[in-house]
Amino acid sequence: MVTRVLTVSILAGLLAGLLISALQHVTTTPLILKAETYEAALRAQSGPMQAAFSGEARIQLAHNDPKAGAEHTGEHEWKPQDGLQRTAFTSLVTIGTAIGFAALLLAGMIAANEQVDQRQALAWAVCGFLAFGLAPAMGLAPELPGSAAAELQQRQLWWLLTAVITAGALFVFLRVEASWARALAVLALLLPHLIGAPHPAAPESKVPAEIAAHFAALSLAIQAALWLVTGFAVGVLWPWLARRSAVTAAA
Amino acid sequence: MNTATVTSQTSVSERAKAAAAALILGFVLIYTVGFAASSTVHNAAHDTRHGLAFPCH
Repeated sequence: MVTRVLTVSILAGLLAGLLISALQHVTTTPLILKAETYEAALRAQSGPMQAAFSGEARIQLAHNDPKAGAEHTGEHEWKPQDGLQRTAFTSLVTIGTAIGFAALLLAGMIAANEQVDQRQALAWAVCGFLAFGLAPAMGLAPELPGSAAAELQQRQLWWLLTAVITAGALFVFLRVEASWARALAVLALLLPHLIGAPHPAAPESKVPAEIAAHFAALSLAIQAALWLVTGFAVGVLWPWLARRSAVTAAA
Repeated sequence: MNTATVTSQTSVSERAKAAAAALILGFVLIYTVGFAASSTVHNAAHDTRHGLAFPCH
Protein backbone atom coordinates (compact mmCIF):
# COMPACT_ATOMS: atom_id res chain seq x y z
CA MET A 1 0.00 0.00 0.00
CA VAL A 2 2.95 2.29 0.70
CA THR A 3 4.16 1.75 -2.86
CA ARG A 4 0.73 2.60 -4.22
CA VAL A 5 0.59 5.77 -2.12
CA LEU A 6 3.94 6.91 -3.49
CA THR A 7 3.12 5.94 -7.09
CA VAL A 8 -0.26 7.66 -7.09
CA SER A 9 1.09 10.80 -5.38
CA ILE A 10 3.92 11.14 -7.87
CA LEU A 11 1.83 10.38 -10.96
CA ALA A 12 -1.11 12.57 -9.93
CA GLY A 13 1.24 15.38 -8.89
CA LEU A 14 3.16 15.16 -12.13
CA LEU A 15 -0.02 15.33 -14.16
CA ALA A 16 -1.60 18.19 -12.21
CA GLY A 17 1.72 20.01 -11.84
CA LEU A 18 2.43 19.99 -15.56
CA LEU A 19 -1.05 21.25 -16.41
CA ILE A 20 -0.99 23.99 -13.77
CA SER A 21 2.57 25.06 -14.73
CA ALA A 22 1.30 25.70 -18.22
CA LEU A 23 -1.57 27.77 -16.77
CA GLN A 24 0.82 29.68 -14.49
CA HIS A 25 3.07 30.44 -17.42
CA VAL A 26 0.29 32.42 -19.10
CA THR A 27 -1.50 33.81 -16.00
CA THR A 28 0.40 34.52 -12.77
CA THR A 29 4.03 34.50 -13.96
CA PRO A 30 3.62 37.37 -16.46
CA LEU A 31 2.15 39.49 -13.62
CA ILE A 32 5.10 38.60 -11.34
CA LEU A 33 7.51 39.69 -14.08
CA LYS A 34 5.53 42.90 -14.57
CA ALA A 35 5.63 43.63 -10.83
CA GLU A 36 9.40 43.11 -10.87
CA THR A 37 9.76 45.86 -13.47
CA TYR A 38 8.11 48.30 -11.02
CA GLU A 39 10.46 47.08 -8.32
CA ALA A 40 13.47 47.51 -10.62
CA ALA A 41 12.28 50.95 -11.79
CA LEU A 42 12.03 52.13 -8.21
CA ARG A 43 15.52 50.81 -7.47
CA ALA A 44 16.97 52.60 -10.51
CA GLN A 45 15.11 55.80 -9.64
CA SER A 46 16.20 56.17 -6.03
CA GLY A 47 19.62 54.52 -6.21
CA PRO A 48 20.61 51.55 -4.11
CA MET A 49 22.39 53.46 -1.33
CA GLN A 50 19.59 55.93 -0.71
CA ALA A 51 17.01 53.20 -0.96
CA ALA A 52 18.72 51.22 1.75
CA PHE A 53 18.30 54.10 4.19
CA SER A 54 14.75 55.05 3.31
CA GLY A 55 12.05 53.22 5.20
CA GLU A 56 9.65 53.24 2.30
CA ALA A 57 12.19 51.79 -0.09
CA ARG A 58 13.10 49.10 2.39
CA ILE A 59 9.58 47.76 2.06
CA GLN A 60 9.73 47.87 -1.71
CA LEU A 61 13.19 46.41 -2.03
CA ALA A 62 12.70 43.40 0.19
CA HIS A 63 14.67 41.37 -2.35
CA ASN A 64 17.82 43.34 -1.66
CA ASP A 65 17.36 44.44 1.92
CA PRO A 66 20.22 43.09 4.01
CA LYS A 67 17.97 43.23 7.07
CA ALA A 68 15.28 41.08 5.51
CA GLY A 69 17.08 37.88 6.46
CA ALA A 70 19.68 35.52 5.06
CA GLU A 71 17.31 34.25 2.42
CA HIS A 72 17.12 37.58 0.61
CA THR A 73 20.68 38.75 0.53
CA GLY A 74 20.58 39.94 -3.02
CA GLU A 75 21.96 39.69 -6.47
CA HIS A 76 25.08 37.60 -5.93
CA GLU A 77 23.05 34.60 -4.69
CA TRP A 78 22.27 31.92 -7.25
CA LYS A 79 18.96 32.27 -8.98
CA PRO A 80 17.61 30.80 -12.20
CA GLN A 81 18.26 32.90 -15.30
CA ASP A 82 15.24 34.62 -16.76
CA GLY A 83 13.68 32.73 -19.62
CA LEU A 84 13.76 28.98 -20.05
CA GLN A 85 15.67 28.21 -16.86
CA ARG A 86 13.34 30.26 -14.68
CA THR A 87 10.27 28.71 -16.33
CA ALA A 88 11.74 25.23 -15.87
CA PHE A 89 12.37 25.77 -12.15
CA THR A 90 8.93 27.28 -11.63
CA SER A 91 7.34 24.27 -13.34
CA LEU A 92 9.47 21.83 -11.34
CA VAL A 93 8.52 23.47 -8.05
CA THR A 94 4.84 23.54 -9.03
CA ILE A 95 5.03 19.81 -9.81
CA GLY A 96 6.67 19.28 -6.41
CA THR A 97 3.84 21.21 -4.76
CA ALA A 98 1.24 19.12 -6.58
CA ILE A 99 2.93 15.86 -5.50
CA GLY A 100 3.00 17.19 -1.94
CA PHE A 101 -0.70 18.10 -2.02
CA ALA A 102 -1.55 14.70 -3.56
CA ALA A 103 0.37 12.96 -0.76
CA LEU A 104 -1.36 15.03 1.94
CA LEU A 105 -4.73 14.30 0.33
CA LEU A 106 -4.03 10.56 0.37
CA ALA A 107 -2.68 10.72 3.92
CA GLY A 108 -5.95 12.27 5.09
CA MET A 109 -8.17 9.93 3.12
CA ILE A 110 -6.33 6.77 4.19
CA ALA A 111 -6.18 7.88 7.83
CA ALA A 112 -9.94 8.52 7.72
CA ASN A 113 -10.49 5.10 6.10
CA GLU A 114 -12.13 6.79 3.14
CA GLN A 115 -12.94 5.04 -0.12
CA VAL A 116 -10.58 6.67 -2.62
CA ASP A 117 -12.64 7.26 -5.75
CA GLN A 118 -13.21 10.25 -8.05
CA ARG A 119 -16.08 11.78 -6.06
CA GLN A 120 -14.49 11.42 -2.64
CA ALA A 121 -11.05 12.54 -3.81
CA LEU A 122 -12.58 15.64 -5.43
CA ALA A 123 -14.53 16.44 -2.26
CA TRP A 124 -11.34 16.15 -0.20
CA ALA A 125 -9.51 18.31 -2.75
CA VAL A 126 -12.16 21.03 -2.36
CA CYS A 127 -11.57 20.95 1.40
CA GLY A 128 -7.81 20.97 0.73
CA PHE A 129 -8.20 24.17 -1.25
CA LEU A 130 -10.39 25.73 1.46
CA ALA A 131 -7.81 24.86 4.13
CA PHE A 132 -4.53 25.51 2.29
CA GLY A 133 -5.67 28.13 -0.20
CA LEU A 134 -8.70 30.18 0.70
CA ALA A 135 -8.46 30.35 4.50
CA PRO A 136 -4.79 31.49 4.64
CA ALA A 137 -5.45 33.91 1.76
CA MET A 138 -8.17 35.67 3.79
CA GLY A 139 -5.44 36.87 6.14
CA LEU A 140 -2.45 36.90 3.82
CA ALA A 141 -3.68 37.78 0.34
CA PRO A 142 -1.55 36.43 -2.53
CA GLU A 143 1.24 38.97 -2.97
CA LEU A 144 3.30 40.20 -5.87
CA PRO A 145 7.01 40.96 -5.44
CA GLY A 146 7.39 44.50 -4.15
CA SER A 147 4.36 44.43 -1.85
CA ALA A 148 4.77 45.46 1.74
CA ALA A 149 4.59 42.56 4.19
CA ALA A 150 5.24 41.72 7.82
CA GLU A 151 8.14 39.52 8.94
CA LEU A 152 8.36 36.28 6.98
CA GLN A 153 8.55 33.73 9.84
CA GLN A 154 5.46 35.16 11.51
CA ARG A 155 3.47 35.00 8.29
CA GLN A 156 4.65 31.46 7.59
CA LEU A 157 3.64 30.40 11.09
CA TRP A 158 0.20 32.00 10.78
CA TRP A 159 -0.28 30.45 7.32
CA LEU A 160 0.66 26.97 8.54
CA LEU A 161 -1.46 27.12 11.71
CA THR A 162 -4.45 28.47 9.76
CA ALA A 163 -4.15 25.68 7.18
CA VAL A 164 -3.85 22.91 9.77
CA ILE A 165 -6.61 24.27 12.04
CA THR A 166 -8.98 24.82 9.09
CA ALA A 167 -8.34 21.31 7.76
CA GLY A 168 -8.98 19.76 11.17
CA ALA A 169 -12.08 21.87 11.78
CA LEU A 170 -13.55 21.01 8.37
CA PHE A 171 -12.99 17.31 9.07
CA VAL A 172 -14.66 17.47 12.48
CA PHE A 173 -17.58 19.50 11.14
CA LEU A 174 -18.19 17.10 8.23
CA ARG A 175 -17.56 13.83 10.08
CA VAL A 176 -18.64 14.25 13.70
CA GLU A 177 -22.36 14.24 14.49
CA ALA A 178 -22.25 15.77 17.98
CA SER A 179 -23.41 19.37 17.86
CA TRP A 180 -20.94 20.54 20.53
CA ALA A 181 -18.08 19.21 18.35
CA ARG A 182 -19.47 21.01 15.34
CA ALA A 183 -19.80 24.24 17.31
CA LEU A 184 -16.16 23.86 18.38
CA ALA A 185 -15.20 23.27 14.73
CA VAL A 186 -16.87 26.51 13.65
CA LEU A 187 -15.07 28.33 16.45
CA ALA A 188 -11.77 26.80 15.31
CA LEU A 189 -12.48 27.93 11.72
CA LEU A 190 -12.90 31.50 12.93
CA LEU A 191 -10.06 31.50 15.46
CA PRO A 192 -7.08 32.27 13.15
CA HIS A 193 -9.01 35.20 11.65
CA LEU A 194 -10.03 36.51 15.06
CA ILE A 195 -6.36 36.47 16.07
CA GLY A 196 -5.50 38.02 12.72
CA ALA A 197 -2.61 37.58 10.32
CA PRO A 198 0.61 39.55 10.83
CA HIS A 199 0.52 42.70 8.68
CA PRO A 200 3.05 45.47 8.06
CA ALA A 201 2.59 48.79 9.83
CA ALA A 202 2.21 50.61 6.50
CA PRO A 203 0.56 48.53 3.77
CA GLU A 204 2.19 50.32 0.85
CA SER A 205 3.14 49.03 -2.54
CA LYS A 206 4.37 50.65 -5.71
CA VAL A 207 2.74 47.92 -7.78
CA PRO A 208 -0.54 49.33 -9.19
CA ALA A 209 -3.58 48.10 -7.27
CA GLU A 210 -5.25 46.78 -10.43
CA ILE A 211 -2.33 44.43 -11.11
CA ALA A 212 -2.19 43.30 -7.49
CA ALA A 213 -5.95 42.63 -7.41
CA HIS A 214 -5.82 40.75 -10.69
CA PHE A 215 -2.93 38.69 -9.36
CA ALA A 216 -4.71 37.83 -6.11
CA ALA A 217 -7.78 36.56 -7.96
CA LEU A 218 -5.72 34.63 -10.53
CA SER A 219 -3.51 33.09 -7.89
CA LEU A 220 -6.50 31.74 -5.93
CA ALA A 221 -8.12 30.40 -9.09
CA ILE A 222 -4.88 28.66 -10.10
CA GLN A 223 -4.53 27.14 -6.65
CA ALA A 224 -8.13 25.91 -6.78
CA ALA A 225 -7.40 24.35 -10.17
CA LEU A 226 -4.24 22.73 -8.79
CA TRP A 227 -6.18 21.11 -5.94
CA LEU A 228 -9.07 19.99 -8.14
CA VAL A 229 -6.89 18.48 -10.87
CA THR A 230 -4.71 16.80 -8.22
CA GLY A 231 -7.79 15.39 -6.47
CA PHE A 232 -9.30 14.20 -9.71
CA ALA A 233 -6.05 12.50 -10.78
CA VAL A 234 -5.74 10.80 -7.38
CA GLY A 235 -9.37 9.65 -7.65
CA VAL A 236 -8.74 8.15 -11.09
CA LEU A 237 -5.30 6.63 -10.47
CA TRP A 238 -5.90 5.05 -7.05
CA PRO A 239 -8.72 2.66 -8.08
CA TRP A 240 -6.90 1.91 -11.34
CA LEU A 241 -3.74 0.81 -9.50
CA ALA A 242 -5.84 -1.11 -6.96
CA ARG A 243 -7.49 -3.05 -9.79
CA ARG A 244 -4.12 -3.72 -11.38
CA SER A 245 -2.56 -5.06 -8.18
CA ALA A 246 -5.68 -7.19 -7.56
CA VAL A 247 -5.30 -8.71 -11.02
CA THR A 248 -1.58 -9.37 -10.38
CA ALA A 249 -2.36 -10.96 -7.00
CA ALA A 250 -5.00 -13.21 -8.53
CA ALA A 251 -2.76 -14.32 -11.39
CA MET B 1 -10.04 -12.31 -5.40
CA ASN B 2 -11.88 -9.18 -6.44
CA THR B 3 -11.26 -5.52 -5.70
CA ALA B 4 -13.77 -5.37 -2.85
CA THR B 5 -12.10 -8.11 -0.84
CA VAL B 6 -8.67 -6.59 -1.44
CA THR B 7 -9.89 -3.26 -0.10
CA SER B 8 -11.59 -4.70 2.96
CA GLN B 9 -8.58 -6.86 3.77
CA THR B 10 -6.26 -3.86 4.10
CA SER B 11 -5.09 -4.09 7.68
CA VAL B 12 -5.07 -1.19 10.09
CA SER B 13 -1.29 -1.30 10.47
CA GLU B 14 -0.83 -1.20 6.72
CA ARG B 15 -3.14 1.79 6.50
CA ALA B 16 -1.22 3.51 9.28
CA LYS B 17 2.06 2.91 7.47
CA ALA B 18 0.66 4.19 4.16
CA ALA B 19 -0.87 7.30 5.78
CA ALA B 20 2.40 8.03 7.61
CA ALA B 21 4.43 7.64 4.41
CA ALA B 22 2.07 9.98 2.55
CA LEU B 23 2.10 12.51 5.38
CA ILE B 24 5.90 12.57 5.52
CA LEU B 25 6.24 12.87 1.73
CA GLY B 26 3.64 15.65 1.60
CA PHE B 27 5.09 17.57 4.52
CA VAL B 28 8.69 17.39 3.29
CA LEU B 29 7.71 18.50 -0.23
CA ILE B 30 5.43 21.35 0.85
CA TYR B 31 8.01 22.53 3.39
CA THR B 32 10.75 22.55 0.76
CA VAL B 33 8.82 24.26 -2.02
CA GLY B 34 6.86 26.68 0.14
CA PHE B 35 8.78 27.41 3.33
CA ALA B 36 12.48 26.48 3.25
CA ALA B 37 14.59 29.54 4.09
CA SER B 38 17.64 28.57 2.00
CA SER B 39 18.22 31.37 -0.51
CA THR B 40 18.91 28.92 -3.34
CA VAL B 41 15.64 27.08 -2.72
CA HIS B 42 13.83 30.41 -2.31
CA ASN B 43 15.14 31.76 -5.61
CA ALA B 44 14.33 28.57 -7.50
CA ALA B 45 10.83 28.41 -5.99
CA HIS B 46 10.20 32.18 -6.10
CA ASP B 47 7.58 32.39 -8.85
CA THR B 48 5.69 29.33 -7.61
CA ARG B 49 5.66 30.65 -4.03
CA HIS B 50 4.12 33.90 -5.24
CA GLY B 51 1.88 32.18 -7.76
CA LEU B 52 0.41 29.75 -5.23
CA ALA B 53 0.16 32.34 -2.42
CA PHE B 54 2.77 30.89 -0.06
CA PRO B 55 4.20 33.61 2.20
CA CYS B 56 7.31 34.86 0.36
CA HIS B 57 9.76 37.59 1.50
